[in-house]
Amino acid sequence: MSETMPKTTPILQTIGLEKRFGGILAAQNVNLAVEPGARHALIGPNGAGKTTVINLLTGVLRPTAGRIELEGRDITSLLPHQRVRLGMARTFQINQLFLDLTPLESIGLVVSERLGSGADWWRLVGTKSAVTDEIVEIVERTAILPYGKQRLLEIALAFACRPRVLLLDEPAAGVPEAERHELLATIEALPKDVTVLLIEHDMDLVFSFAERISVLVNGALFVDGAPDEVARDPRVKAVYLGEELDA
Amino acid sequence: MLTILYDGIAYGMLLFVLACGLSVTLGLMNFINLAHGAFAMAGGYCTVFLVNRLGLPFALGLPIAFLITALIGGLFERTLYVHVYARSHLDQVLFTIGLVFMSVAAVDYTMGSSQQFVQIPEALQGQFEVDGIGMGKYRLLIIVICGLLTVALQLILAKTRFGSRLRAAVDDQRVARGLGINVGAVFGITFAFGSGLAGLGGALGAEILGLDPTFPLKYMIYFLIVVTVGGTSSITGPFFASILLGIGDVAGKYYVPKLGAFVIYAIMIIVLIWRPQGLFARGAAR
Amino acid sequence: MTVSADEVALYLKRRARWSPFEIAFWIFAFATIWLFPGKYLILKDTAILALFALSLDLILGYAGIISLGQAAFFGFAGYFAGLVAKYGIINEPVIALVCSGLITAALGFVTSFLVLRGSDLTRLMVTLGVSLMLGELANRYSNITGGADGLQGVEIEPVLGRFRFDLFGHNGYVYCLIVLFICFVIARRIVYSPFGLSLRSIKGNTLRAAAIGVPVKWRLVAIYTVSAGLAGIAGALLTQTTAFCSLDVFSLERSADLLLVLIIGGTGYLYGGLIGAVIYKFLQDWLANLTPQYWQFWIGLVLVVIVLIGRERMAGWVRIVRSLLVRLGTWLMPRLPALGGAAPDGR
Repeated sequence: MSETMPKTTPILQTIGLEKRFGGILAAQNVNLAVEPGARHALIGPNGAGKTTVINLLTGVLRPTAGRIELEGRDITSLLPHQRVRLGMARTFQINQLFLDLTPLESIGLVVSERLGSGADWWRLVGTKSAVTDEIVEIVERTAILPYGKQRLLEIALAFACRPRVLLLDEPAAGVPEAERHELLATIEALPKDVTVLLIEHDMDLVFSFAERISVLVNGALFVDGAPDEVARDPRVKAVYLGEELDA
Repeated sequence: MLTILYDGIAYGMLLFVLACGLSVTLGLMNFINLAHGAFAMAGGYCTVFLVNRLGLPFALGLPIAFLITALIGGLFERTLYVHVYARSHLDQVLFTIGLVFMSVAAVDYTMGSSQQFVQIPEALQGQFEVDGIGMGKYRLLIIVICGLLTVALQLILAKTRFGSRLRAAVDDQRVARGLGINVGAVFGITFAFGSGLAGLGGALGAEILGLDPTFPLKYMIYFLIVVTVGGTSSITGPFFASILLGIGDVAGKYYVPKLGAFVIYAIMIIVLIWRPQGLFARGAAR
Repeated sequence: MTVSADEVALYLKRRARWSPFEIAFWIFAFATIWLFPGKYLILKDTAILALFALSLDLILGYAGIISLGQAAFFGFAGYFAGLVAKYGIINEPVIALVCSGLITAALGFVTSFLVLRGSDLTRLMVTLGVSLMLGELANRYSNITGGADGLQGVEIEPVLGRFRFDLFGHNGYVYCLIVLFICFVIARRIVYSPFGLSLRSIKGNTLRAAAIGVPVKWRLVAIYTVSAGLAGIAGALLTQTTAFCSLDVFSLERSADLLLVLIIGGTGYLYGGLIGAVIYKFLQDWLANLTPQYWQFWIGLVLVVIVLIGRERMAGWVRIVRSLLVRLGTWLMPRLPALGGAAPDGR
């Protein structure tokens, strides 16, 4: 860690984050620091606890110990929707879409929530120009889109929250080769003022995208640094090639 | 006061025998069977018929009621219920309410709408006087029978192979199937057994609870309270919930007669606010 | 492929347009005032049941809350309306009606927090428990409520000072029908609003709804409150038009019948409760004439059969019929410029 650089407050930070499920320690003493504007990847073998960490970050799970801070503000006890309002959005590993709404309605829903008019019960959908101005595409019902397109929609929904921090949980999972290119291009094109934390198995995507990589093994943060550092680290290779590394 | 405790315990244990089949069904297959009370009613009427009309001794009427109700339960399960397992809870509720309506009307039609009384043997009528507490003999019988049944159930669950298969299937159906346990058969047998127990409870309870065609509707809520408060992941949960409810109801009706069942409903709501999964349940909601 | 904001707005608003089917429905509904002069009493009961079912549809069909306790609100408002009329606290029926609705909505708000906890079964039990509890309370305070005999001596003043409820039920029916229509329009607005959209998202995928910033619990509390208010208005209507209220308003049977109405009619499109109420009443009337004592058996059988057939299949049939009617409507529309039939941009 270079001490000479000026200290910037991480935009998203966990301090001593821990989650127990009965006897199982799914996350232990996780100290993750994501810098503003970073392209930060969280990787690790299956079952390392990556999705648990995301669920903790977004409030779906409550930590058994530790703190989470967004832009310096303690959000540990906030409900999921409150964290979204503060600027953090996520995608899900398995698509979580609104299958009975059209994509347009889904996006419209997100936009209208964000603009604070989600509770308006007295006017019809589509009558607020600020909302309609933000909606761009009209397609058919979500359920009949090809999987790659659904994946894009998944990202679009999270992106429409205009988040400051976007957590992408394995966006390339299940996407056939032919449709990957569009997905990669979309992620690459995300604006710089949105901080992105990416969880991925696809190493090509990780290494072409990330500026910083954290490796999570058995619920604990293992290695943390620039991509080439991580790629060179023998411990990381051992973990990925399957040699059991008992601490 | 002790009489109330005594009566409450008897009532509670009766409730337990009646409701435990429902608890297991819900815990096992996540199936809400609101028609459970109808099986209890069937057992009651069965006994009435056997003892009053055919003149069979009471001691024989009880087990036969159990068997017949278990058979009916097994039959219904294979022919009707099996189609509704995979449905939503709402569908299950509607289906079983429909069955209740049908059974209530059918019994009303065939047996008349007046309350039926089982001719209990001389030996069981009246009460003992112990230390100034009036202990009804019939209620003693209930406590004894239900107590034995509870112990037997616990033993079956804990010590037999069937019991362990049942517990595995309740815990995680998919894994149990993966281990080669025939979950369908387990459920069929359990459902039949549970219905039989309900029938036995109905037969025993005819004297105390009152047996008429509206029995399933009147008491359905009690069974559901037992199951909701007691949780579905053990036998002990519903057991203690039943005792609690039994004493609560008897005490409530004695001390605040006009409010009647209000006390129980209030207890239930308070418990559910405090612990939405039931007093004794462990783990995640279904 | 770009699109303008106006086109987007148009697309989103089209769902909320009154379809020809709806217009025809309401024209026919109001026409019944003149078409069936001898049947006012049963028509009035149907209208009240329809409003009651509508209230349940809002939470069941749009928010996914299974409740066996709407009877609690129905009965509470029923007694409230009866008591304010009997003791002369509020004499004008319309004001009493609005007050009944508001106070019942408050009750709904208070109990909503109980209802939103726990699983389906817990919800079922809590909702049922609340309505049975209210029934017991009404029984306990029989000196006020009349207990098992029902609330006696209720006298209802003429509506708006002019329309007295007559024995034939004409004014009663018109009153109920108008109230039903107004409540329906309000419900319709809510359903097609951004609020309604968020409810549908909660029902469809609660996890995702929370993840995009929808305050799930508060939306559900809000719709539950509204639903309670509507159920209360239905209950108050019953008391006002019959000048009587009894304990069976709190019964399990009433809540179960309500579920049956919605199952018959379908949930999630607002008309399910209305159509279901009509069919249910017709069925009940017919069966009661056939077998006065045991019609409950046939209702039970209908329930069982409906579930066995499967609501999806029935919803599929309903969809086929509806799309046929819609197609008929779209064919008719350009030919009836009076109804504002500018040809829409395709489907």
